[in-house]
Amino acid sequence: MPETTVNYPVTTPPNPHVESFKNVLKRLKKNKAAMVGGFLILFFIVVSIIGPFFTPFDPSEQNHVNKLAGPSLEHWFGTDHHGRDIFSRIIHGMSITLYIGFFSVLIGAVIGVLFGIVSGYFGGKMDAVIMRIMDVLLAFPGILLALGIVSVLGGSLNNVIISVGIFSVPAFARIVRGSTLSVKKLEYIDAVRALGASHFRIIFRHVLPNVMSPIIVQATLRMATAVLTASGLSFLGLGAQPPTPEWGAMLSDGRNYMWDAGHVAFFPGIAIVVVVLAFNIFGDGLRDALDPKMKS
Amino acid sequence: MIQFIIRRILQTVPVLLGVTILVFFMMHLIPGDPAQVIAGEAANEEQVEQMRERLGLNDPLYVQYGTYLMNALQGDLGDSIRSGREVTAEVSSRFWVTFELAFYSTLLSIFIGLIAGIISAVRQYTFSDVGIMIAALFGLSMPNFWLGLMLMQYFSLNLGWLPVSGWGTPDRIILPVLALGTAGAAIIARMTRSSMLEVISQDYIRTARAKGVKEKYVIYKHALKNAMIPVVTVIGLEFGTLLGGAVLTETVFSINGLGRYIVESIGARDFPVVQGSVLVIALVFVIVNLLVDISYRFLNKRIDFN
Repeated sequence: MPETTVNYPVTTPPNPHVESFKNVLKRLKKNKAAMVGGFLILFFIVVSIIGPFFTPFDPSEQNHVNKLAGPSLEHWFGTDHHGRDIFSRIIHGMSITLYIGFFSVLIGAVIGVLFGIVSGYFGGKMDAVIMRIMDVLLAFPGILLALGIVSVLGGSLNNVIISVGIFSVPAFARIVRGSTLSVKKLEYIDAVRALGASHFRIIFRHVLPNVMSPIIVQATLRMATAVLTASGLSFLGLGAQPPTPEWGAMLSDGRNYMWDAGHVAFFPGIAIVVVVLAFNIFGDGLRDALDPKMKS
Repeated sequence: MIQFIIRRILQTVPVLLGVTILVFFMMHLIPGDPAQVIAGEAANEEQVEQMRERLGLNDPLYVQYGTYLMNALQGDLGDSIRSGREVTAEVSSRFWVTFELAFYSTLLSIFIGLIAGIISAVRQYTFSDVGIMIAALFGLSMPNFWLGLMLMQYFSLNLGWLPVSGWGTPDRIILPVLALGTAGAAIIARMTRSSMLEVISQDYIRTARAKGVKEKYVIYKHALKNAMIPVVTVIGLEFGTLLGGAVLTETVFSINGLGRYIVESIGARDFPVVQGSVLVIALVFVIVNLLVDISYRFLNKRIDFN
């Protein structure tokens, strides 16, 4: 049927395949680990917003009399080579970490979902071309793709976000393509097509809501990968530049003082582990609650 | 079977070409004039022009790519801007260190991951299962460079048992391999557990048990073989991830591998070296995945080769 013959007001009934938020929340509540992960993430968000107002010291305040001091009542996590309070720097660094994670995943998700949905929905040559491009991106293992991109763009916080974002694109594209392939076969989609809905409408009103579950799960788990990758790039000196209290960069600083002051590298690392762990636990729980088929 | 292998190799060709295109364009994606950026801000116009000529940037783009591809096929990846030496020679001397690091780390990941995954699945919902899965989650969430630093702090600086840096002797290999292989072990453990649990619930396992086959045989002879099929794919991917992850581990332990070389070259804007090194790692990763895919088909007899 030609698309121009739309005569019906395409007000389709609520999508029967999209799970209600209530059901998902019910299943999520049963998963204690996921709830812990979720609360931790909420806690981190709150800390990243209000924490900087309550830190005992300014993150850039140097105190050369008290440099490389171990943990004490005054400096809970000790001080670094400039005498700066590590605890205050970690609290300030929380917002930077979440900012990098969120925006890089957003870039990866928007581009990846678009590629994946178009690839799966239209199939044919477009699918072949998009998927070969994704294969090429996936041929650069681990941190290498992000490293290559940031080496071209130059080291900075925003370039890290772009490079980690591009690094995330193939993961989203592949998952969304797979889900789109199965969703487009549903009778429900056939019915909407028979009503004369345009491809654009079918994709964004009917396919996208059906593939949201794997996207949300992937985005949560990808936050963990993004935080790890971005901190790795900063550790290599390609991300946040001094004196930004970014955790990977702080770790890199601490590396030079391992002999006298192991705490300088220890605490930023613990901060990374806790944040990544929270996203991993929550992502695992979400996957079980939203999309049990994806459980691996 | 042979047809399948040939077809799979042919499918790899466009990906390999794509990889060369992407690596080639790295230099052209540098914001501003690549010759100026590589020559440095202090370079005068004449020096920039010389750099442009040296990098072949005056030719049309397709000529540049054609030359790059033809040279790469003959093993010529250009010259290092810093040292003037051939990139191929520099890369090949360092590649095996990185390959060894990734290989040993993969072996460690498989060893720990498989054992942990099997124990976890066989003793589902027990203390050991929960303990192993919590440990795996931590393993997944730890940055390998931080773990490396902590291992170095404890075993090298505090206890003095192992050297702080370097590569080549068995005592120097332990810490970098542990640091790099932990995340892989965690991934393989999780994958093995879920794969084993799925297989254990199958009818043929119940039949084997009903026939009175000893539990040890049920697990190791019947279940593990089939549970391994999806795990093999993860192992292949893990090898690649570790190859890429070696960049960080090599930096932590001052290992003279390809990863550290890339990082140093990025700092020095030595693009031919960055391009050559990234290309080599990507090519090896594609080839490893090809081999894994072929072995996967061998393992899983249910897959139709056509």
